[in-house]
Amino acid sequence: MVIEKMAMAGTLESSDAQVTVEPADSLTLHIESSVLNQYGRQIKATVEEVLARLDVTSGRVTVVDKGALDCTLRARVECAVFRSCDASMVNVPWGGVIQ
Amino acid sequence: MINAVGRDIPDYLLVDGKEVYQGRFAKDGQVLKRDAPTCVMNEKPVADKLCESIREACERCGAHDGMTISFHHAFRNGDYTASMVCRVLVEEMGIKDLRVAATSLGDAHNLLADYIEQGIIVQVQASGVRGRIGDAISHGKLKEPAIIRSHGGRPRAMMAGELHIDIAFLAAASSDKVGNASGNGGKNNCGSMGYAMPDSRYADKVVVITDTLAPFPNVPASVKCEDVDCVVVVDEIGDPKRIGTKEARVTQDPRDLMMAERAADVIAATPWFVDGFSYQTGAGGPSLAVTRFLEERMDAKEIKMGVAFGGITGNMCDLQDRGYVRKIVDTQDFDTKAIAHLHDCPDHVEMTVSDYANPASKGAYVNYLDYMILAALEVDVNFNVNVITGSDGVVRGAPGGHPDTAAGSKCCIIVTPLVRGRMPTVCKEVTTVTTPGECIDVVVTDYGTAVNPARQDIIDCLDAAGIPHVSIEYLQEKAYSIVGEPDPLKWEDKVVAIVEARDGTILDVIRQIKPYTFE
Amino acid sequence: MAGKITRPRPNKDRLRRTMMFMNAQRPGLIKDAYIYGCDSIMLDLEDAVAVNQKDAARFSLYHALTTVDYGDTEVIVRINGTDTEYWREDVRVCVAGGADGIRIPKCESAAQVKEVEAAVEEAEREFGVEVGWTLLMAALESPLGIMNAYEICTASDRMLGCAISGGDFRTSMRVQIEPDGIEINTARSMMLLAARAAGVQCLDTMYPNLDDEEGFRREVDLIVRMGFDGKSLINPKQIAYVHERLAPTQKQIAHSEKIVRSCREQADAGVGVYVVDGKMVDPPFFREAERIIELAKKCGVYHGDL
Repeated sequence: MVIEKMAMAGTLESSDAQVTVEPADSLTLHIESSVLNQYGRQIKATVEEVLARLDVTSGRVTVVDKGALDCTLRARVECAVFRSCDASMVNVPWGGVIQ
Repeated sequence: MINAVGRDIPDYLLVDGKEVYQGRFAKDGQVLKRDAPTCVMNEKPVADKLCESIREACERCGAHDGMTISFHHAFRNGDYTASMVCRVLVEEMGIKDLRVAATSLGDAHNLLADYIEQGIIVQVQASGVRGRIGDAISHGKLKEPAIIRSHGGRPRAMMAGELHIDIAFLAAASSDKVGNASGNGGKNNCGSMGYAMPDSRYADKVVVITDTLAPFPNVPASVKCEDVDCVVVVDEIGDPKRIGTKEARVTQDPRDLMMAERAADVIAATPWFVDGFSYQTGAGGPSLAVTRFLEERMDAKEIKMGVAFGGITGNMCDLQDRGYVRKIVDTQDFDTKAIAHLHDCPDHVEMTVSDYANPASKGAYVNYLDYMILAALEVDVNFNVNVITGSDGVVRGAPGGHPDTAAGSKCCIIVTPLVRGRMPTVCKEVTTVTTPGECIDVVVTDYGTAVNPARQDIIDCLDAAGIPHVSIEYLQEKAYSIVGEPDPLKWEDKVVAIVEARDGTILDVIRQIKPYTFE
Repeated sequence: MAGKITRPRPNKDRLRRTMMFMNAQRPGLIKDAYIYGCDSIMLDLEDAVAVNQKDAARFSLYHALTTVDYGDTEVIVRINGTDTEYWREDVRVCVAGGADGIRIPKCESAAQVKEVEAAVEEAEREFGVEVGWTLLMAALESPLGIMNAYEICTASDRMLGCAISGGDFRTSMRVQIEPDGIEINTARSMMLLAARAAGVQCLDTMYPNLDDEEGFRREVDLIVRMGFDGKSLINPKQIAYVHERLAPTQKQIAHSEKIVRSCREQADAGVGVYVVDGKMVDPPFFREAERIIELAKKCGVYHGDL
């Protein structure tokens, strides 16, 4: 997928994560987390895995994590990317690239 | 050297008779001689001990470079005194190499963090460190490692001469001109002065700081004139809004309530739940709620609580007012209701923290405690508890009375959610051991209750009552299945804090945390 | 993507004493709502989720459904109303994620049920889920819904039951909540009759005033006596009392045990009608006694050997 415009998903509440995606020439990932020391590596791996599955190869992705579980992180990254393509509201490929 | 909780203590710390932790009762029966403060003959009649300023008091008490000063934390996050005094010592008098031995330090003391960063404060000894001071310590800004002691460990260290205080600056809600000081009777009351009282007996010099000068004699007094050198009257000793909340509210969080009820069931199923039982709870959400569920269980058994002690909240006072608690013995008040109640009710009395928890005594209150309800940041599969370092390895908590009450009580129950956000509370190995697992009997979580296998008697009680329980390993695996296994923290070699066991041996060390980088 | 569902097959007739509402958009809530021991949880995509977060809630819901181990707690999802643009995508995500059932809000006719059923079936085919897997239930929120309760409850084989939604119903009746429930008494009764006639379950509305413990208990007592199967809840602290009140008493269990035992003995001897504890017992009594023993087992309060 191509990030066509800036989009955001999630909140800054505890146990949530706020993900922002913006168009860019290359793919960059910036992660802030309240649990960085113990989960930074896993957060990064999860976000990269989701982006790869969605075939996102360029864009600026910012994750502000407040202790979200993996399933929440995935949901927020996917939603932000789908929103950036105006594809989040109908015919989402559940069980396809969303898994 | 590896100690009894499996922690590797660097040999260079094991000097001057310092030993590693050898077990919770390893020092039982050891004889020691009390270290006495210096005292000066005062024979002449004088008008008072009043000083014009903190500076004058400091000068009269012989403030000097490298001295150890102390503060108490009954004014909690509203405390002005520690910052006021340090500002005078540093900015007005240019004192260097200060050692601060406070009963606890927190968000009210960010100025001290500046002085740590500037190298003016070179050491900290406290039962707990929060806020920016914790950050400064964890990032290696102190010249010497901080020493973290429990509430009982601190008076023990003073008695043993390991902590010798040059000047104690003791904030008081009211004092007369000669230093009879109280936590009540002022415009900013704190209630019990249980933490200040041992310092008044063991410091070479004692300065009482108050904002309310009471007529002589201000009795009954917590800190007595025979121990006081100087009295300073200031405009405000604290911010009343931050000293105590109006009333510590019992949680309405359904998760906390569920855990609290389970803990109450454990209590009701064990043999010490009889008329006259003794009880203490921490002030955290679920811990405090346990008390609420005890009420109906006391009714069902037609029994009363004999004594509640430790830090006191308004809801314990309510319980006493409704006839469920015979005596409250109070080291610290958490809300304005408890502060007023201590003053008004004859069956609610003050005690010193030494009386409460000092292991080097002829029998502290904690040794007679039936049930202790506590919180934890982490508990591991060996039941070791951490209440001091956060998930980022930074010092941000306080053992307080945790190790003392856990060691002394017949049944010590930790009440904690299995995970907080993404942090697993039940883990393979705690970041820092603040309370040894051998002192922890039961862990109640939202995903099940685990009993320390060493307590077969408690396991039998739960089985007889039909209360389900699981292994601590089950809880740890469940936690990791939800949040994933945490990566180990990365540390520098430098030790930034020493966690002392209540008997003075070294329980654990905290090292400087490495900044996180994605590799 | 097919065959991903790891949850046990949904059971229309399972115990549903308590059905607890949870906002599907709040990660902290949905991750482990089952720990409180309610029979069903109701993840809400409708009123709890703001209009501009409907999409985000679906992504959260999908991952919660496919990753969280809810054990034997039933997972129902409340979709948006069939008069909105959201409900079809809601149905897709529910089916793809393997929800046990879908709650249709503001249901007023059999046609509405059939419309949702068709969308569910289409989604089941799309996502390779066995056709018929996903259950349905109807929330009756208006006088028309109550009047059509029977046709709604019989509109699909997937229907597990119906629930009254008190807030909207009271608004449409221009009444306020009353301590004795008089204002929705007729609706409750009519819905119960329809549900029993249709052979499906019947659930009561949630009690809105969380701090009024006494009022809540009064309402639970009422609906238990009326014959409801369960109740919608908004807070875990309400679970224990409903479970306590809906479980058979030890006295009922003892009596039922006696009937079942003696009936089995008499049947072996070829006797049809006979007397237990001075009361005449015939087959309906026997069936009721068996039901009570079954219910007691499900509620975890039966310790006998029947």
